[in-house]
Amino acid sequence: MKICVLVKEVPDAAVEKRIDSSTKRIDRSGEKNLNPFDTHAIEAAMQVKEGGVVEVEEVVAVTMGPESAFRALHKAVSLGADRSIHLTDEALAGSDCCATGHALAKVLETESPDLVLLGQQSDDGECYTMGAIVADHLKMPSLTQVIKMDVAEGKLTCERQAEYGYDTVEVDLPAVISVGDAINEPRYPSLKAIMGAKKKQLDTKSIGDVGIEADKVGSDGSRTTVLAINPPPEKAAGEIIEDEDTNETVEKIVAWLDERKLLA
Amino acid sequence: MSGILTYALHYEGEFNTNSLGAVSEGAKLAKEIGGDAAVAVVGGDDLTDDLCSSLGKYGASKVYRANAPEGLGAPVVDVMAKVIADEGYSYALFGGGLLGFEIGAGLTARLNAGVTMEVTEVKAQDGKLVAVRPILQDSAIVDVEYVSEPGIIIGRLNAFDVQESGDGSAEVVDVDIQLEEHSTKARMVKRGEQRGADVNIEDAELLVAGGRGLGSAEGFELCEALAEALGGAVAATRAVVDAGWYPYAAQIGQTGKTVAPKLYLAAGISGAIQHKVGMQSSENIVAINKDQNAPIFDFSDLGIVGDLNKILPKLTEAVKAKKG
Repeated sequence: MKICVLVKEVPDAAVEKRIDSSTKRIDRSGEKNLNPFDTHAIEAAMQVKEGGVVEVEEVVAVTMGPESAFRALHKAVSLGADRSIHLTDEALAGSDCCATGHALAKVLETESPDLVLLGQQSDDGECYTMGAIVADHLKMPSLTQVIKMDVAEGKLTCERQAEYGYDTVEVDLPAVISVGDAINEPRYPSLKAIMGAKKKQLDTKSIGDVGIEADKVGSDGSRTTVLAINPPPEKAAGEIIEDEDTNETVEKIVAWLDERKLLA
Repeated sequence: MSGILTYALHYEGEFNTNSLGAVSEGAKLAKEIGGDAAVAVVGGDDLTDDLCSSLGKYGASKVYRANAPEGLGAPVVDVMAKVIADEGYSYALFGGGLLGFEIGAGLTARLNAGVTMEVTEVKAQDGKLVAVRPILQDSAIVDVEYVSEPGIIIGRLNAFDVQESGDGSAEVVDVDIQLEEHSTKARMVKRGEQRGADVNIEDAELLVAGGRGLGSAEGFELCEALAEALGGAVAATRAVVDAGWYPYAAQIGQTGKTVAPKLYLAAGISGAIQHKVGMQSSENIVAINKDQNAPIFDFSDLGIVGDLNKILPKLTEAVKAKKG
């Protein structure tokens, strides 16, 4: 079987994110990294491949993003993916969830994967939705926020937390599964894998290469527009204590709690 | 097109609180922009006429009922897409929760519709709806409008209040649904399994909550000792529940419980949005975390940057001493 993993380059968590007020889009300059949730998706793919229950011919990392996003693909192949695809085109800039889902589905169609994996959310957009959007375009079943996945011939058994507790769901392949961070502990890439990443096949594709019409993506294809960006409501900053002398710290906490009659 | 179609999730004969909040919000907004305040419900025989029409209490005028598997997104996408195609609703609205995300996302693809998620407020402007949502870890708030209909709005957990406004009887309309082939390819094997002991955290006035920063299941002993000294209970984050360190019944947040105690003491919790939505209404929030950049310090009243393994035992002793 073939597994495609959708990955995304996001601003590094340690870097403060900001909105470009002229374009009303997230400013994507500055330090970047592979979306942490996506590393769990790659690890899940590797565990299927190495698990021996089904035969996996290849794991293909797929991303959509500006020129710089190839770095996310290098990271993905250093974590074990066999090759990668970079969909990049100026016409894609400014795509909302609806347009992005359409574009990603079009790329995936050219690969005909048996399983599509992705992280349940991205560190920047907090979307949660991409898996189910892509799945409906591909007419595949999908499940999101999966924390355990057992593969068998032609089907998966997945577990996740839903509104009323843990659900166990059986899903026929091909399918789209978005995974949570509890599903596994991603491995660290070896130095050899990092060095070798650039040698693995990376195909750069424009929208025309995968049959995407320009008016279905980017600003033209987006169904939402940002009207305004505002700062969050002011909240009085809380008091902060740096713990240097723990006895003193504890004394301060107790006094604080006592003042608020919480130790009555 | 006009009106709003809201999805109401139910389980064992009762509607979900977040869904009732969404139904209330849908009814309020439909009054402002015109059209029906309708609700879609999907399930089996437990969706009785009485249960469905009771959504009228929250302002719904019409309830579309379809017999299809429950607890999964795709069948509901099929039902709502059909109702929107046949009846022409302008917006689809969802309360917070995992299924709302899945169904809203599916509808986005199916109907080529705009979607917003984690929405905290919906405004009616010139007969249209504008969704307000915090982004980038709540560091900015954007107003988003839809360039076409229908528009999909997925609320944040607890964003919409439950409000009784109607006379308690909505018209119930049965929808004859033929599921899409791919919607039949996921099957619920077991639903709503509770894992770990049954603990009650919703009635506690003082909560000590533990996260990944505790390091291990044994780390919870520190929280339990402090909770006992305070006369409170222990809660947990999703990450540690999924890791098996603490029972599911104690989980706060997106897929867990929502609490608003007098004191919420967060130990080793970074404060991700998914956790924040379940506890941000607490009267006093105290956070202990070794990472000074942890988001929880942005919404705590007292933050302690330090090692909880050093602080918690001493704090427990000091609380005991103070209380005598």
